[in-house]
Amino acid sequence: MGSADSEPRTAHHLAPTVARSVKVLVVGAFGVGKTTLIRAVSEIPMLSTEESITTASVGVDPRRDEKRTTTVAMDFGRVTVGSDTALYLFGTPGQRRFWDLWSGLADGAVGALVMVDTRDLAQSFEVLDQLEEHTRLPVAVVVNEFPDSPRHGLDEVRAALDLPEGTPVVSGDVRGRPQAVEALTTLVAHALDLRRAGNAAA
Amino acid sequence: MHTDGYRDHPVRSYVLTGGRAHPTRNTLRPETLLRAVDDGRELPGTAGRHEQALLRTCRGTLALAELAAYLHLPVSLVAVMVSDLVDGGYLAVLSTPVHDLPDTDLLEEVLDGLRGL
Ligand SMILES: Nc1nc2c(ncn2[C@@H]2O[C@H](COP(=O)(O)OP(=O)(O)O)[C@@H](O)[C@H]2O)c(=O)[nH]1
Ligand SMILES: [Mg+2]
Repeated sequence: MGSADSEPRTAHHLAPTVARSVKVLVVGAFGVGKTTLIRAVSEIPMLSTEESITTASVGVDPRRDEKRTTTVAMDFGRVTVGSDTALYLFGTPGQRRFWDLWSGLADGAVGALVMVDTRDLAQSFEVLDQLEEHTRLPVAVVVNEFPDSPRHGLDEVRAALDLPEGTPVVSGDVRGRPQAVEALTTLVAHALDLRRAGNAAA
Repeated sequence: MHTDGYRDHPVRSYVLTGGRAHPTRNTLRPETLLRAVDDGRELPGTAGRHEQALLRTCRGTLALAELAAYLHLPVSLVAVMVSDLVDGGYLAVLSTPVHDLPDTDLLEEVLDGLRGL
């Protein structure tokens, strides 16, 4: 974390018409392309913030605050959709200690965009398991295509990851804005379908 | 095991917030939109420099997470400061938090907005 003494860099404020916000979590193992996707969509330069595991538990003796502790970082971007809504994209590796620390982050989220690297599908299991354990978010899966990725059919990926029925799976190079936006659109459309189905059932 | 995003740093949150670890309002979320109240009232001289910087940074609309990033402070700590500044009438919460899942109206609008990008 940088020095708190320094004057903050110029803030990119939202338009005065924006008075509503919503968020999507972009989840996936290290190097899978979360930052790349968020950067492709974001209207502001990527921002980053972090939490420390002992923030809420220190307190008996302030001198003990000097001890060092683990922190979990989260990078994020933002895009204004329509005239009055800000969509925040929060990127996280999504392991257990992340959810311990950022437990409130999933509350009120549209859903989670889970990024998968077919060169290492196994690492996606933990991410999906943790999501399932800690949230009830709608999920869409993005298979990020790297030049040396083995070419799997999306149905193969779906089967390998044992995804709940109806979970959308898309693939593409998320360095391009259209593909990154398309992945988000898929997630929001899926969340809307689930929401409508839930309303109909209720 | 990789170490993406993990490193060590001293925890100062507790000291900076005068010993309170939780915000008085638990409705604050990382995406909650905030803006300084523009009524010409100045923060009392006893206010900390973090609060001063926070209000300066928030002269236009920003989410709590953005404020934390610009101030180089943890979201949990900035939430405590924000909570106090809102109680004091210096800062306004613009967005109401979405509970559980966003409703269909909001989802439809986000979808339309994304398709219009
Ligand atoms: N070829 C290709 N490279 C990608 C793609 N997405 C990300 N990368 C690269 O993969 C690396 C890791 O991506 P990054 O977004 O930092 O991953 P993160 O750890 O999940 O945030 C970077 O060097 C990216 O340029 C993609 O869709 N296609
Ligand atoms: Mg990253």
